[in-house]
This record gives sequence, structure tokens and C-alpha cells, in this order.
Amino acid sequence: MNELSHLDELEAEAIYIIREVVSECERPVMLYSIGKDSSVMLHLALKAFYPEKPPFPLLHIDTTWKFREMISFRDHIAKKHQIELLVYTNEDGVKRGINPFDHGAAYTDIMKTQALKQALDKYGFTAAFGGGRRDEEKSRAKERIFSFRNEAHAWDPKNQRPELWKLYNTKLNKGESMRIFPLSNWTEKDIWQYIQRENIEIVPLYFAKERPVIYRDGNIIMADDDRLPLLPGEKPEFKKVRFRTLGCYPLTGGCESDAVTLDEITKETLGAVTSERTSRVIDKEAEGSMERRKREGYF
Amino acid sequence: MSRLLKFITCGSVDDGKSTLIGHLLYDTKLLYADQQQALELDSKLGSREGEADYSLLLDGLMAEREQGITIDVAYRYFTTDARSFIVADTPGHEEYTRNMAVGASFADLAVILIDASQGVLVQTRRHARICAMMGIRYFVFAVNKMDLVGYKQETFDRIQADILMLKAEIALENIYIIPLSATEGDNITHKSKDMEWYAGTTLIDYLEQIDIISDTSEKGFYMPVQRVCRPNHTFRGFQGQIEAGRIQVGDEIRSLPGGRKALVKQIYLTDQQVEEAISGQPVTIQLDREVDVSRGCVLADRADLPIGKSFTASLLWMDDLPLITGKDYLIKIGTKILPCVITSISYKTDVNTGGKIPASQLVKNEIAACDIVLAEFTALDLFHSRKTLGEFILIDRVSNMTAACGVITTFDNQKEHNAKSCFCGRDISAQSDIFEEFYYNLESSSIIGYHSDKETYRVGDSVPVKGESYHYPDTFDIMILKDEVVVLVRDKRIAAISSLNDYSYTEAPLINGQGFGIRVKSGEEFAEFIRCYQTSKDSTELYNQWISFEAYRQVIFNSNFWII
Repeated sequence: MNELSHLDELEAEAIYIIREVVSECERPVMLYSIGKDSSVMLHLALKAFYPEKPPFPLLHIDTTWKFREMISFRDHIAKKHQIELLVYTNEDGVKRGINPFDHGAAYTDIMKTQALKQALDKYGFTAAFGGGRRDEEKSRAKERIFSFRNEAHAWDPKNQRPELWKLYNTKLNKGESMRIFPLSNWTEKDIWQYIQRENIEIVPLYFAKERPVIYRDGNIIMADDDRLPLLPGEKPEFKKVRFRTLGCYPLTGGCESDAVTLDEITKETLGAVTSERTSRVIDKEAEGSMERRKREGYF
Repeated sequence: MSRLLKFITCGSVDDGKSTLIGHLLYDTKLLYADQQQALELDSKLGSREGEADYSLLLDGLMAEREQGITIDVAYRYFTTDARSFIVADTPGHEEYTRNMAVGASFADLAVILIDASQGVLVQTRRHARICAMMGIRYFVFAVNKMDLVGYKQETFDRIQADILMLKAEIALENIYIIPLSATEGDNITHKSKDMEWYAGTTLIDYLEQIDIISDTSEKGFYMPVQRVCRPNHTFRGFQGQIEAGRIQVGDEIRSLPGGRKALVKQIYLTDQQVEEAISGQPVTIQLDREVDVSRGCVLADRADLPIGKSFTASLLWMDDLPLITGKDYLIKIGTKILPCVITSISYKTDVNTGGKIPASQLVKNEIAACDIVLAEFTALDLFHSRKTLGEFILIDRVSNMTAACGVITTFDNQKEHNAKSCFCGRDISAQSDIFEEFYYNLESSSIIGYHSDKETYRVGDSVPVKGESYHYPDTFDIMILKDEVVVLVRDKRIAAISSLNDYSYTEAPLINGQGFGIRVKSGEEFAEFIRCYQTSKDSTELYNQWISFEAYRQVIFNSNFWII
């Protein structure tokens, strides 16, 4: 054993980052979105501190529109690892009836971005881990691993703090915070290979199964509950589908697939001709939409 | 051979860096279908010419697309059958040099682009110099836009000669020079038909085959401690990443800077107990006895790892505010953060010629050699000996900005510290520690000497006879033996600075250059003291007989002075 593999190197880098945050930052929290990247990130945190438990809670921003299987998986994982789980919902948005069908971009802003900011402020977290990767989207490709946010949680892409070697500068003034992305240098392929190598438990939605879906604007949307308004002529039909990313079910496109094992998923991913974020409906809204949201405080 | 290659592209503005990477990704079929769609969409919106513009793949920020320039580093990931790559595309504008340095600190190899119609430019030299300073040892010079010079060999040969001169000038180790065209795709993944005179390989072939020899010159095992893991009162493990060498259960190691020894009792590689671990692995190490180890300490298996407090470093200044000598900054070396002072700028480096320019201040994007003094002794090393202990960043204590990055180039063994007080007479001068404060730091359990400022005193100047940890009389004589200078202080002012040869005993209290009392009360005793000083072979004996620390000095307890 004289050489580290590609995955060993990525694992070591992520663990180093996670330990630095806990050592230097005042109040860290791990954003847990329930998806595969969050699952990998949590796994790395469990390994980083062993035999100690990760010394921070998990935070889930619940828009109330997540897949039901995600919510039950979330609760199962928190219990299994005996780790504190905080769930935050923007109740004001719920009261106002904000939903993904009628409110479009405002929905993402109110139920995700604003909710996240409210939660971080409520608990006074100064450092939040996120599972974002640089290969996902091109404004992410530009972001530092330790991403500085001002008092308004905003990212200033034109004036990022220099990040040299692995000498991360975590110093903050009052009100400022950090978003930290330990998986910055992982690709989707790395994530799947690591899940396979480490045998990490993930939400069953990633595996192909007969599910009730409708076809809309080139996307396959799952009718996860009866809140999905059907247009004339639309009728959920059972198709064998799986999901490459997970979010709010009305905004997440699935793909037809027979992949029921990690092997098959990895194989499909490696041969994929579309990158995974296209299955997120929100990214295509407009040029630079991700960057705009990040500047407003989105993860 | 490591399968992963991290490299950067750099060079001047409009050398075609982004286009080169775009083409590399495109040729190797690494564009996802929707990215290609997005590219076409973006091209239509913000294009410069109307054709697919590969650089739009990399310039991901809105401001970058508006201005048509690269502001910050973009990271891209691709894999060929032979290897996985991470490429950092860095900005060419001088204004964004610090972002280019961010990319350089991450890479094993640099691809430096040169516009064939322009040749080697100042920015080419600047980037090559910064890459070398940041520790990159492998360089590819890509002479781009060969199509614009008619694919002429003479043009390439001329530029090649300039590159070889640059190589010699900054002592680059491994270089490779390729003529190519990023827009036409010559010699990127396919050999160019228009440059048959070129016998070398294509860029992608070279990148796939280059063997980055990991630096084996680092001696022994060492690991900066990130944190202490104590889940219960029986377990106390030190967590960190091994930076060099290997460690086995039973090995004897030291905790630095303290130097206490212990044996390795148990090693965890993440959550698995192992007998042995190697460089690059994240581990938790338990020792066989209670040793004082905390974050910032370094565990090492060799005694020769240097402990130091002052050094000379190459600095790249990155803050909008200029460097102020004498101001204290925080320094982060390994996992240690502590205060430091930049005592002086030895010289600035002319990025074009490599010449040394005298300087009293340093502004953003300038490189300089500086003397730095730390608040306490810590484990550190020269950058070329042990990389992780020789690289550092400086943090502004008010704005928290990362103000500079640097690498340790030489140690300062002769000068204990630079921030001495200087007494300047008409044609003589002497350095003294007389106004140094002494603190016993309760955090580190050690006595720390501290100079607040470097001051120069001349005849007529008043002197601070009372500090926190010293109190001299209003009238006394300072005898600075090593410089053979005596300073007469009368009523808190300097009355004279003279040579020891011209001095005769005045009956004023005598204090040495360190602020310690000299036990002399008469002319006879003074003559005896001078005789002892001149014949003494052992300064310990001389000091114990003649010198009194506590005459005018005491040590002040302090716990928060160095708190960060």
C-alpha cells in the first residue's frame, strides 16, 4: 500500500476539510438534503471523527414538497446514526400557500433560499457544510471550497477570498458566515463509485422501480401525492423510472431506466449524455440563474 | 503513476486559455449534451462572433461573460482512458493575479500559453515565476495561435529560445514546448498536418503520459495535528493527515514544538484500526502516555525537524491594502495559527527581469522577499524541504482578508529577532533588546520576549524607561558589549552615544543591551567587569557572576496576549 487511489485522495481531502471546519469554526451545521451527495458527505463526517460522533447537527430545509420516501429515509438515517436532526420550514410561506406550480422562481426563493437563511439565523450557525460539486454547474465551478458569505448570506463572485493550498481562512466578523463544500472536487461518477465502494445507504428513489408518472415539457414527473395538479389529458401511468437527483418532486425529472443495482446505475451514469442538473427544472430558467440565486444566499 | 493529474492553464489575456480547455473537453467528447446546448444558447446570447465560443464553457460568471474576460479560477473535470484530470483555468489579467495563484497552489503541472504572434510577454514571465514559487515543478509551454503566424517553424524556434532562457533564469526543472492552435485544434488531441516539422507529441498525449514524481525528498514522518478527539475519558486521539513518510504502531514520535517523546499505541485510518498508515491518509493516532498535544502541534518521528520563530519568505501580496511592516498579522502554517510581524522587506522582485528592487511597501500582486517574526516558536521548515511546513498565508486581523501567501526560503539563525531597538550615533550604531517585554504565557507555559516596534533612537530622543515588564531609572548607562557601544541616558533622554573605548565609568547605574543590570558599583568593579568580559570563554559564567535579570525587569503573566 504505497499509493492512494483517486477515491482515497478525494476522501482524504474531504475529511481534512470537515475536520478543519470543526476545529476552527464556532457553530457548524451540515446541510442535509437527503440526496446522494448528502449521504456521501454524512458518511465522510462519520469517518472523519470516529470514534467520536460528528460534533454538529444536521439541518434539513423542508419545502413540504419533497418526495415522501425522502422524508422517511431522512428520519431513518438520523435515528440509525443517533445524530441530531433539525428540520426547518418557512411557515410563513406555507401560510401564504407558496407552491411550485403557481409561484415558479418565487417558490424556490421563499421555500428554499429564504428558509435556509432564516434557519441559519435562528440557530446562529456560522458555518454550513453543503454537498455541492464543481462539476454540476458553471458558477459552482468557480466557487471556493470555503465560500465566504456576508451578513445577508450573499456570495460575491467577483471578490472571493483567495484559497491557497489547504490553508483555509475561516476568520469571520460578526454576522458573516461560511458555506463549505467538501465534495467540490468530486464528479458524479466519483460519488457513485464511492457509494458503491463504501456501501452507503441511499434513498430508494435512485433505483428504477414502477412509479406513477406523467410526461410534461420533456420531463418525467412523479405523482408522489394528490397535490400534483393534472392538466387536461394528463393521467399518471406506471413506468419503470429512477432519479439522478432528488429535490421537490414536482420540480424533479426522472428518467426511464432498468437500473436496479449500484453497478447498473454507475454504468448508466458513465455512459450518460446529459449532465445531472438538467433533471432539475429550475436551472434552465435563465442564463446565470444559479449564480443569481447564490448571490441571494442560496446554497 | 498517480492516475489523477491536477493542472492549470495560465498566460496573458487573450492567449486562448479558455478556448484551449473548451477544445480539449470537446475533442475528448467530454461535453455533456446539455452543456453543449447551454454553450450554444450562451454563445447566441453573449457571443463575440456568432460561432460556438468554447471559452463560454469556462467563463461561468455573468460578469465574466459580460466583459469577455476570466476573473476567477474555474475547475473542470475530465477523464480519458489513461487518466483523470482536474484542470483549473486561471485569469490572465494582472489585476486577478491572486486568483491565478489560487489555481497554481492546487496544481502539479502548469500549461502556460504563449500567443505565437506576441511571443514571451511580461505576464508569461510573471505566471511562470509565481507557479515556480508556489511549488509547481512541471511546465508545458503551449505556443498557441500558430495558425496566425502561418505555422512557421522559424517563429516557433524564436519563441522556444526565449522560453529556454526563461527556464534557465528561474531554474524550472521540467519543461515541454508544444506549438498548437486552440481554435483550429492543432496538436491538442490530433497531430497537426500543418506543422510536420514538429516531432513531439500532442498536448493530450503529453498530459496522459507525464509522470509527476511525488516529492520523496521529504524526510521522515510528520503530521500537523488538526484536532484532539476525546469521545470519552479513556480515548485521546490526535487527528490529522499524514504529510510525509509512514507510521506504525510502536514507533517513537515527538510532539513539536515541545519535543516530548511517546510511542504510537493505536492508529485509526478513518474508522478502521490499522497497524500502519502512509502519507496522504487521514488518521487518528493514540499515544502510550499523556503528552501535551493540541491543534497546531506537529507529530514527527525525527528530531531534526526545525523549530523556529523567524525566517525569510517569498511573499505574494494579495490584499487591496498594502503591506505595512511592523503591523501584526495572523499567520497560518500547517494547522497552526499565530500572530506574526513582517519586520522588513528585503526587496521586491521585478516579475519581468527577476531583478531585486529596494522597497518600503508592497501592493497587491507584487512579489517580495520579507523577514517575518512569529509570536512563538513553532514547527516549520523550508518550503523545498517539507512543503506543508514551509507554506503559509497571512490574514489581516481587522478585515480577516487573506492578505498574502508565502513560502519559507531561509531561516534566520543569527538574528534572534529583527525588531530590535537601534541606537544611532554620528558614526556608530548598536542594536539592543532593552525595550523588549517579557511575558509568561499561561497558554503555552513559556516565557515569550516581545518587541512592540522597531525604533531608532538618536541623541536628544526621549526613551521609554518604563514598560510593562521593565522599569529603568531616569538616568543610566546602556552598555551594548557586542557592538562596543555605550549609550548615556540622562533624565529619560539620550545624552550621548559613544564607543566603549571612549567611555569611562560615570557612577550612573549600568544596564546591558538586554536590559539586565550589571553588578558594578565603582570604577574598580567596572575595570574588573571589562577584564572578565574580555577574557571570559563562557558567557553563562560571566552572566551568573555579573548580570542581574531582576534588577530592573520582571516577567508578567499573560494568557490572552497571543490568543487568536
